[in-house]
Amino acid sequence: MEHEMISKNQFEPVIVAFCCHYCAYAAADLAGVMRLQYPTNIRIIKLPCSGTIDVLHILKAFEQGADGVFVAGCLKGTCHFIEGNIRAEKRVAQAKAILSEIGLEAERLEMFFVSASEGPQFANVARKMTDKVRELGPSPVKRKR
Amino acid sequence: MIVAKQKPLEEITKMLEGYQRVLILGCGTCVAVCFAGGEREVGILASSLRMADKISGKNRLFREHTVERQCEWEFLDDLNEQVKEVNAILSLGCGVGVQAVAERFPDIPVLPGLNTLFMGMPVQEGVFAERCVGCGDCMLDRTGGICPIARCPKGLVNGPCGGYRDGKCEVDPTRDCTWIQIYERLKKVGRLDILYTPQPLKDYSKMGHPRSIIL
Repeated sequence: MEHEMISKNQFEPVIVAFCCHYCAYAAADLAGVMRLQYPTNIRIIKLPCSGTIDVLHILKAFEQGADGVFVAGCLKGTCHFIEGNIRAEKRVAQAKAILSEIGLEAERLEMFFVSASEGPQFANVARKMTDKVRELGPSPVKRKR
Repeated sequence: MIVAKQKPLEEITKMLEGYQRVLILGCGTCVAVCFAGGEREVGILASSLRMADKISGKNRLFREHTVERQCEWEFLDDLNEQVKEVNAILSLGCGVGVQAVAERFPDIPVLPGLNTLFMGMPVQEGVFAERCVGCGDCMLDRTGGICPIARCPKGLVNGPCGGYRDGKCEVDPTRDCTWIQIYERLKKVGRLDILYTPQPLKDYSKMGHPRSIIL
C-alpha cells in the first residue's frame, strides 16, 4: 500500500545491473572517472563475462525485490570469450518470456551492449533504464507483499 | 538419455490449484542434461511460481529439492521428512520418475511438471534428437548403427521408400533420408552386402506393454 501511494515520479527504483568485467563494468568505472552523473538506483554486480548470467540469477533478483534488471555485455563480435554476450542475449530473451508469463512487464529486463571505452554510453543506459522502470512503477512482486 | 520438456506454466499452475504447500522435485540425471528438470530448472520454476503468487496475492509455499535420480527408490529416501511437510509433489522427472515417486509416497498427490518425449541424445548445442524407441529387438547390426525404426518416419525395415528426393525425406524434406544414411554408412564400413538380404518383418509383439525383465 505504501508503495502504491508514492507517485511514479517520487518512486526510486532498485535496478540490478549484471555487468561484464571486460566491458560494461569498466565502462561504469570510466563513467565514474569521467565524473559523469548517472542515477544512484543502479546496483552493479560484476560478472567474469555476461555469458555467465543465468535465467535463475535474473529471476532471483526480481524475486528479492528488484524493480528492474539489466545485463550489459561487450559489443557483438568483441566478447573476450567469443560468444558469451550472444548467449547472455538469448538467456535475457528467455527470462523476458518467463516474466511475461507470470504477469511481470518484460520491459523491466533489458540487455545492453557497451564497450569498455563507452563511459558516457553506460551512464546513458543507466538513465534510460531508470526512467523506464520509474515509469512502470514499483515491481508488483514486492508491491503485493 | 530420456528427453523431456517442461509443461507450459499455465498448465502447471492449473494442476497446482488447491495445494498450499508444494515440493518441486527435480531429477539430476537425464532431464537435467536436456534442461528440463534439473536443480536449475527447479529453481527457475519455483521462483516463477513464487513471483506469480505474489502478483496475484496468493501465499503458497514452494519447496525445492533435487535428487540424483527419481527412478530409483534408494535416491528418494532423502525426501521422507520433507514429504510430511507438503501436500503435493510436483515432479520434474520423466514419466518414470513421476511414477517412482508416486509409488514410493502413495499418500500424497504426485503431479508431472514435464512432458516426456523420447530416448535420444544431444546432436548439437541445444538440439536433442530421438535415437531409440525401445523396440526390444535391436537390428542396428544390420543397419550400420542407424536405427530406421526410431529415425525413419515410416519405420521401414527395408528402405528407402520411393518418396525420398535428393537424399531428403518426403515426410520432412529438411531431414536426410535415414535409409540413404544407412546405405552411406554401410558403404563406408564395407558392408553393403548386408542390404542384399531382405529383412524379415519386425516382431512388434516384443514392444507389448508393460514390459519387465528379471535378472
